[in-house]
Amino acid sequence: MIEKSFDHIRSVNLSKIIEAIKEMTISANYNLNNDIRSSLKKSIEIEESKTGINIINQLLTNADIASNQKMPICQDTGMAVFFVEIGQNVHIINDIKNSNNIIKGTLEEGINEGVRQGYTEGYLRKSVVNDPFERINTGDNTPAIIHYDIIAGDSLKISFAPKGFGSENMSRIYMIKPGDGIEGAKKVILEAIDAAGPNACPPMVIGIGIGGSFEKAAILAKKALFRSINESSKIPYVKDLEEELLQKANNLGIGPQGMGGRITVLGINILTYPTHIAGLPVAINISCHATRHAEVNL
Amino acid sequence: MIKIETPLTIDKVKCLKAGDEVLITGTMYTLRDAGHMRVIEQINKDEKLPFDMKNSIIYYVGPSPAKLGAVIGSAGPTTSYRMDEFTPALLELGLKGMIGKGARNKEVIQSMVKNTAVYFGAVGGAAALLASCIKSSEIIAYEDLGPEALRKLYVEDFPVIVVIDSLGKNIYEIEKEKYKIVE
Ligand code: SF4
Repeated sequence: MIEKSFDHIRSVNLSKIIEAIKEMTISANYNLNNDIRSSLKKSIEIEESKTGINIINQLLTNADIASNQKMPICQDTGMAVFFVEIGQNVHIINDIKNSNNIIKGTLEEGINEGVRQGYTEGYLRKSVVNDPFERINTGDNTPAIIHYDIIAGDSLKISFAPKGFGSENMSRIYMIKPGDGIEGAKKVILEAIDAAGPNACPPMVIGIGIGGSFEKAAILAKKALFRSINESSKIPYVKDLEEELLQKANNLGIGPQGMGGRITVLGINILTYPTHIAGLPVAINISCHATRHAEVNL
Repeated sequence: MIKIETPLTIDKVKCLKAGDEVLITGTMYTLRDAGHMRVIEQINKDEKLPFDMKNSIIYYVGPSPAKLGAVIGSAGPTTSYRMDEFTPALLELGLKGMIGKGARNKEVIQSMVKNTAVYFGAVGGAAALLASCIKSSEIIAYEDLGPEALRKLYVEDFPVIVVIDSLGKNIYEIEKEKYKIVE
């Protein structure tokens, strides 16, 4: 006898996705996340450098101006990065007719259309060029960078982060040896943070991916930046590692904007993954105090 | 807090020391990656530049678009090292001040000392706050570069910190050592 499964299939309209993405790109760029804001406030108590305290105060004032006047916290409104968790029982319906941009009715076209509308209507900077060498601005900040996870069920969760490139440029990936172990990982992580220094608009936020393959580690590092800096890893030794690295990074002396001080890094988030017997990839995605993210469940 | 007005003459540059917090009032020009390449191209072709480099200040920024009625969008500094290879040529032509964020290379610092120029840091990411100090903005060249177009700005009490002074003293290096904890 053949067993049939009649799993429920849920439909989601593409127009709804576009609308949600548009709103999310705008609000994430105008409003500093609460985890960062409260961390900046707390850091004023710890910072010893007068210049450092002035800088942190400027950042808090800046966040107020941005949200009151509905303008971007930072002019680098980034490349639009998405993590999409889509249940395998979700069916996307193309309810968009007569659009130049929606041809096949794919989720990807919908996400890019949302970016296009959000970056245009929200007066966000268009920072994407068509080709690494030709470098002609695409004019609407597309294409977005989209990572998909296909999961069980019929949910659809889309997370967004506009990623600025001042800090992105300082990110590093190291393929260290299994024998280098956790001490080796700490060494390269601190080396990358130290090298980023004033270039990455400290106080920084650091996303780290350890394990997997070359590209998996980098994607994990990016994904780690989507987690609130108030949340720690659920794996006890990883949580300890996050705390130890945070302390060591703040001992580097770089300080706010690299002008010296106690507050160099606001948070370090680490994700790990199984890896190969021969390898130990460590990816460090550097981000800044303007680490922005938002998510929506559709 | 020191207040200065443009043009940035040699005498004014000489008074500025690494670590000074400064408020600038006056004119500055925006230029970043693609704009620098254009300027260098024009210098190589012996063409007249869109503005007089002598005693000028360049702000490394690519602002977000201005809303209706606003002077400019958010306008914080971009990372300066990407401009390093183009900078000495501009310093030779009389550029006196640069505003950006992050480290500069040896060649830039040597040329700054030789030509008596100063490098300021503005707070990276304080883009809405900095925009509120910009009172007028006009595109004067390279409009096709979008956010990278060359703009002439008029600013009032624009807050910066002297990162590298005309003697080559570098605040990033000095201050970091003071706060470093070696275990
Ligand atoms: S590194 Fe961050 S804060 Fe600095 S300019 Fe880029 S996006 Fe803005």
